[in-house]
Amino acid sequence: MNLAESVQIVSFGILSVMMIATALGVVLLSNIVYSAFLLGGVFLSISGLYILLNADFVAAAQILIYVGAINVLILFAIMLVNKKEDFSTLPNRWLRQGSTAVVCIGLFALLGTMALITPWQLSTTSPAVVENTIVVLGEHFFSDFLLPFELASVLLLMAMVGAIVLARRDFIPDTLPTEEATSTSLTLPERPRELTTK
Amino acid sequence: MNSGIDLQGSFIESLKDLGLPGDVAKAIWLPLPLLLMIIGATVGVLVVVWLERKISAAAQQRIGPEYAGPLGVLQPVADGLKLVFKEDIIPAKADSILFTLGPAIVVIPVFLSYLIVPFGQNLVITDLNVGIFLWIALSSIAPIGLLMSGYASNNKYALLGGLRAAAQSISYEIPLALSVLAIVMMSNSLSTIDIVNQQSGYGILGWNIWRQPAGFLIFWIAALAECERLPFDLPEAEEELVAGYQTEYSGMKFGLFYVGSYVNLVLSALIFAILYLGGWEFPLPLDKLAGWIGVSENTPWLQVITASLGIMMTILKAYFLVFIAILLRWTLPRVRIDQLLDLGWKFLLPVSLANLLITAALKLAFPVAFGG
Repeated sequence: MNLAESVQIVSFGILSVMMIATALGVVLLSNIVYSAFLLGGVFLSISGLYILLNADFVAAAQILIYVGAINVLILFAIMLVNKKEDFSTLPNRWLRQGSTAVVCIGLFALLGTMALITPWQLSTTSPAVVENTIVVLGEHFFSDFLLPFELASVLLLMAMVGAIVLARRDFIPDTLPTEEATSTSLTLPERPRELTTK
Repeated sequence: MNSGIDLQGSFIESLKDLGLPGDVAKAIWLPLPLLLMIIGATVGVLVVVWLERKISAAAQQRIGPEYAGPLGVLQPVADGLKLVFKEDIIPAKADSILFTLGPAIVVIPVFLSYLIVPFGQNLVITDLNVGIFLWIALSSIAPIGLLMSGYASNNKYALLGGLRAAAQSISYEIPLALSVLAIVMMSNSLSTIDIVNQQSGYGILGWNIWRQPAGFLIFWIAALAECERLPFDLPEAEEELVAGYQTEYSGMKFGLFYVGSYVNLVLSALIFAILYLGGWEFPLPLDKLAGWIGVSENTPWLQVITASLGIMMTILKAYFLVFIAILLRWTLPRVRIDQLLDLGWKFLLPVSLANLLITAALKLAFPVAFGG
């Protein structure tokens, strides 16, 4: 065993332990802020595993998107709300917990069988052979993965349009009393700009 | 393209000649670039702190640091020593784990980004395929550290500063990444070495600054915002937030924030020099000049001269940009938070998208000039 292989095995061990420990921390800790920070640890260790698999672009994208955008967004939301709330025990709590457990075990079984039945031996196009991963990724995106790629971009466009529509609302405090009656807990106190600027 | 000096290869070869096995030689080589990187970044920070004090003084018609060493060059060392020996205070109701972890998370990614900064054809720690993308990805970790320290301080100013820092850095990351993407599109590569090589051959005329007149302005504004320099230093705006997320910090933990912000400034200047100012290239095409006077580009003394000139050029360009950043600090007033976010989302983002589209169109129309 040479130097590179032993370094790989040791770092694989460290990353796996780190990932499992931080993932357990996300689920088990009661402080939601700690959970959010530990989620960043999970994402970072996943990115380390990608580096061990020679997937350099995916590793960097993992850090950029999951740690830099999604985790920061989660933290941002938690800190902006920052509401202390005591959770009372619900009457039929076992039912919810049971159904959650069933769903989780089902997912685990599904992923487990997927991991077991997939042939994992290295083919000629394995990432260890690929010289420039970005070129290969680009070729796949515009050939056999074109449909998922385009679907994902349409989905993101829809999300962006929705975010812009939400962000362009102005706060109008003096609404008509007739509208007060119709408002439920689901309607926002703001209205879209077109309705108010007549 | 001549390969220049390969330090790693020759170091390992010479150790092998001494009778060491290959693995041991590699293991001896491994920590050296890392140490060099940390020492280089720290010395760079000391120089920048001294420059900042001297140039600020000159801008305000003062003298600045004078007594510590000749022209006050030892002043940053004295500052650093003072921070090292200061008592490390953790506020009573603060969250001590997150409070300690926050500065480290801010500093480590910045130092890691030095991995991809090239000073010559082979004078780079790693020539990664993802190169410049690694820098963008790593710089997106810093807001987590800022949020962490802002939250853990248990102080309203610190929390506000941390939230502002996170909001600012995620909004300016997008124009930054888009302007880098335009460069990447012209170079056909994310590797910093390829980006510099694509600009070489015509001296100063080949630099990307002429091909990306809008892109370099967007990059510079976004980089200043990412470094939290004036006019974008809202997270630590003294008049509003005491010192933002740094309010409760003292001693070396404050020192880490301080070092981190200056290392980040130098790093941004270096990346700017690599992306737009031709990296280690001399303003005149040196290899062509050498060809004209009949010196082969594989001559050892020419290689040593070009390599040292390359390092000097990179550092000179970077410090010129640092000088501009310091002058901007004393020239421009601070923007408001709503102006900051408006500038980022409503102006820089559309302009950088348009810049990307125009670059793509020009690349298709004039593949000779825009790297086909």
